[in-house]
Amino acid sequence: MCSLALFPPPLPSGQTTLCESNNELLSGTSTEDRPKQVRFTAAVLPLSLYFPRESLKLHSRTESSSKAAFLDHSETLWMRSAAAWRDGGLTGLLTEITNSHTEVPKWLSVSSGCTLALLRWISSFHGSLFPHLTLSSEDMIAEFSQVLNWSDCVVRAFSWHPHTDKFAVALLDDSIKIYNPKSATTPTLKHRLQRSVAAVQWKPLCASALAVACQNCLLVWHVDPCSLSTRPSSGCAQVLSHPGHSPVTSIAWSPSGSLLVSASPVDTAVMVWDVAAESCVPLQRLGGGGVTFLSWSPDGSHVLASTPSTLFRVWETRMWTCERWPCVKGRCQSGCWSPDGSRLLFTVQGETVIYALTFTDAPGSPGIPTGSSKGPQAAAVVADLSETTFNTPDGDIIQYYTGVIFSVSFNNSSQSVSVFSGDPQAVDRPAIIAVFKTRTNPIFELLPCGFVQGEPGAEPRLMQFHPNFQHGALLTVCWSTGRITHVPFYFLSTGVPHFGLSGSPLLPRLQERPSAFANQSLFTELIS
Amino acid sequence: MFSTEQSCWFVRKVICWRAAASIAWAVLLLPPITAVFIILSRFSFLHPIHTISECLSLLTSASAIFSFILLCGVILMVGFLNLEYYTVIPTIACSKIALLGQLLHPRQFVSSVVHCIMGIIVAWCCAITIGGRYETLGYPCIQSDGSPQMCLNEYQLILLLAGAFVGFSHSLLGVIHNMNYVSFHTVQQYKYLRFKGSLPLVVKCSAIQALYSIRNYIVVYFFLGYIPRAWICKTLNLHLTSSAHPLDSIAGLLDLSLFYHLWISATFLLFTWYITLLLFRIFVTEVYSFPVQSSFTEDAHQCLPKVLLTDKQPMILKFLALQDLALLSQHSPSRRCEVFSLSQPGGHPHNWNAISGECLSLLADLTQRLVAYHDTVATNGRAKSLSTGSERKTSSETSVTSGTEDLMSPRPTLLMKTPASVFARSIVGGPQSPLTAPFTPDLDSPFASPALRRLTAPVEQCSPWHGTVQSPHIMRRAPKLWSTSTDSQVNGSFPPSPASVPSPKQEASKPSLLAQFLQNRKEQVKNFLAKRVLIMYLFNKLPEASSQALFADSQAHIWALEGLSYLVQASFSEDHFGVVQTALPSILSCMLVLQEAVDRHFKLPHASSKPVRSTSSIGDSTYKTLRFALRATLKTAIYRITTTFGDHLNAVQMSAEHRKRLQQFLEYKE
Repeated sequence: MCSLALFPPPLPSGQTTLCESNNELLSGTSTEDRPKQVRFTAAVLPLSLYFPRESLKLHSRTESSSKAAFLDHSETLWMRSAAAWRDGGLTGLLTEITNSHTEVPKWLSVSSGCTLALLRWISSFHGSLFPHLTLSSEDMIAEFSQVLNWSDCVVRAFSWHPHTDKFAVALLDDSIKIYNPKSATTPTLKHRLQRSVAAVQWKPLCASALAVACQNCLLVWHVDPCSLSTRPSSGCAQVLSHPGHSPVTSIAWSPSGSLLVSASPVDTAVMVWDVAAESCVPLQRLGGGGVTFLSWSPDGSHVLASTPSTLFRVWETRMWTCERWPCVKGRCQSGCWSPDGSRLLFTVQGETVIYALTFTDAPGSPGIPTGSSKGPQAAAVVADLSETTFNTPDGDIIQYYTGVIFSVSFNNSSQSVSVFSGDPQAVDRPAIIAVFKTRTNPIFELLPCGFVQGEPGAEPRLMQFHPNFQHGALLTVCWSTGRITHVPFYFLSTGVPHFGLSGSPLLPRLQERPSAFANQSLFTELIS
Repeated sequence: MFSTEQSCWFVRKVICWRAAASIAWAVLLLPPITAVFIILSRFSFLHPIHTISECLSLLTSASAIFSFILLCGVILMVGFLNLEYYTVIPTIACSKIALLGQLLHPRQFVSSVVHCIMGIIVAWCCAITIGGRYETLGYPCIQSDGSPQMCLNEYQLILLLAGAFVGFSHSLLGVIHNMNYVSFHTVQQYKYLRFKGSLPLVVKCSAIQALYSIRNYIVVYFFLGYIPRAWICKTLNLHLTSSAHPLDSIAGLLDLSLFYHLWISATFLLFTWYITLLLFRIFVTEVYSFPVQSSFTEDAHQCLPKVLLTDKQPMILKFLALQDLALLSQHSPSRRCEVFSLSQPGGHPHNWNAISGECLSLLADLTQRLVAYHDTVATNGRAKSLSTGSERKTSSETSVTSGTEDLMSPRPTLLMKTPASVFARSIVGGPQSPLTAPFTPDLDSPFASPALRRLTAPVEQCSPWHGTVQSPHIMRRAPKLWSTSTDSQVNGSFPPSPASVPSPKQEASKPSLLAQFLQNRKEQVKNFLAKRVLIMYLFNKLPEASSQALFADSQAHIWALEGLSYLVQASFSEDHFGVVQTALPSILSCMLVLQEAVDRHFKLPHASSKPVRSTSSIGDSTYKTLRFALRATLKTAIYRITTTFGDHLNAVQMSAEHRKRLQQFLEYKE
């Protein structure tokens, strides 16, 4: 088991992690400090982006609160009731009738008041079972999102395209921007229903489809990569909604690109969408009170679905049966699958350890649809990230406290895992990103690599590995300042024998190319 | 009817058993449903305990058992009708008149009558169980002159007629909503979980549908109720009491308890039928695992390659085989290994050849269908002769056609491949009834088999409906009813259809002078008719219906695409003998040509408009979105191959045009 104490001490403040090479995280204070080869590779990396908070035009109030800005004009009771039914459903209707007791018969207002009280009592009872149901939908997204401090974060979601070098960024102002180094246009996606984006994900085996989890629905954008338009119309978006399935906090495409699953903390069912047909199959399992986070294993065989209670499920995608995994302490906050789909790393809220589960397919039953492959009986702890102190060269003592391990992610070649932890409540303890190397033989192990540090005052909010970086791994980090940076890790991908963990293979051969290499060209040229 | 079914081992061994199992479950579910119905229908808030004890005593009474046996008989009959009428390729009416034709078809008429009778039986059972004023049809009463006689109990009559009405409307709606269409789910689930998952929907649908039916029924009874009442009185020699006011008045129908009982009975009726239908769908679409190869020769005809290849078979067998292919290519390495294996003496990849050949021929068939449709629509309102249409094909398409033809075994065009089988249920391989043929959506497509065409031609000439099939395009531009292509077909000899002859480049005989004259006459008649509003209404194309009809059987193509692409993907690491490599150029070119044809089709008006989703119907509307699913699957399938092979694809022999197209996919620009 690996712990933070084994890590090399963190960088002195003011230093920024630039890249990794030879199992060592290189750092510098600014771009000028970078060693030559690093500078060169930085030139072929995708752009670092910066979204200052001031540049975003936020809409300060929601639609319902804008009602107060208009003069009240008297409508008939029928009109108001219809509007209340449309906006607020049954509760809205009942509230409206109860409030307008001067116009309706007394028995009606009294009975609707009683019904309303009964409903509230029932829902408070339900809410006491599942406290998250009492949250407003924005708070709920903030609570269950994979982004630290989601409601205050400039970059709310980020997604690399699984096959190319483009990525989508969802911003605080509910717009999504798509950056493609090969094209000059940066499409901005806006839609009436695209509010409070909790997650975005590109469809695998497709160039154009981008799924967006919004407050009230799911949107699937079809952004033509060849189009020159910078504002695709809302006709390019498919709207997928199901009553009772909002807010959507997590989505996951199947690796084969055929199905999309979505989850909402309010709905106990996981929705499996056939996006082209716009039809869905709810997979209903009571218990847990909702589904907060979904992750589809890269081989397509399993889906992790965590709930707001101390329980998570692992669905098997052949016949869609599930295994229940009760946790002891808290809910499952995050999880990730190893690229071969055999191993699941997950973290639990309230514990500062990373657990691992190993799945092996039952051999010898190929034709028969097996219900569930027999997994392990208990999860093993693979890393401990509890509080540690480091002595810096200056003599200061830095205390690392990890409140919540926020998200874990595997890179595509299964050679490194990065863990991002922080505590939304603790302001004085900054969130950190710790990077581990992995070893699968003879047993699965995490080995320390180092901490990734940003500019002074910047806290990590969100991180993701590039799905197919050719020289190793590329970790993209979104910082609290609104900056998005990329940290490359150089090693050879799987398939090539690599020499243990003593050092990563050589850097890509570097010729004397001008460092004024165009920003838009990418690393594909390097292989030549 | 049974003689044709007996011929197929699959129907005998699998489908019948599945249907029987579904009916058995429906019968087993009947007692709890009936109990719930009894409690709901007799419940009174004032005496809850009394109600329950009453219900219990009723459940054990002789009349309840007798009516229960009757209900079981009805369920058996419904199950049998489901088995008899189900189809895996929906029938899509392209115009109002075609829909009308479907509704008036004798086969449909029989079904409506049977549903009516069953509705009456169920309503009678409901009347018995509800009891009270609904219990008997006649009761002794004293006439005004003092003589005792039997009077008509109108409450029971209204309930029985409601049952008949609901049964009839159920069968009509079944045709309109394609309720006999059985769709296959993309998400595989165990039967129990699927049933449990769709149960709330069934409850909701039956309640809502019952409400609408009863509303309509009350309106009808208000206006026409006196006719059956008088007829019953006359036949059964019953009298009408003057004291009780008749029910076909506003006061009589405003009875809330009567309405409730009508509604709950209709809900019960529809619920039991829907449950039977749901169970049938779930059982019949269950995955069937075909062996890829068998060590015994007597089982060889049950193996996957053989099942895919044989022509004389029910469609459901073909669909299940393709579904199994798609699943095995995705999930089971050992069965994939069997597909890639070589035959023991000889070393030929027979399994792979058969499977890939059949999939490719399915896809090529769809391509041809789309190209032909596009060509008929393409020219501005004036449909071109089909032969020139096939000549106009790009060189690449013809090359592919010839390329795929050697893969296709020389066999006659299947009847199933066209969406022309309107009423002939997929299972019945018998001849089509000539009356329905004119209503088929794509009769003037060149892919209806020549046999079918010849069969329908005489009807076409004398029927006023012929050639109702037109693109929405044409119909909207000019008020024309018939396209010239159908006329030339009727008058002249049939142009050889590209699907049925080896070479698509054949000249059609030029229409003679006489034909031209007749054609002119016809145009005049058409122009005259086109000005009449009713005729225009009946003959107008329903938007996007022709698009739906073209893709009606696309589920098969979707599975073929998935199966092929997954197999090719797996072959990258699992195919030790390189059997897939030989077929790779033809697979790629077939997919690219189809992609081009699909892209062109989606540029047509109405083709890319999304259908309105209706959630409150038990009828499956999956077929309406099949074309979108096909488009998405096709793209994913090509991407699956290009991402797997990457730059290796540059070594595959291909025409320059296809290479350019493929390069787009390799660069993720599609």
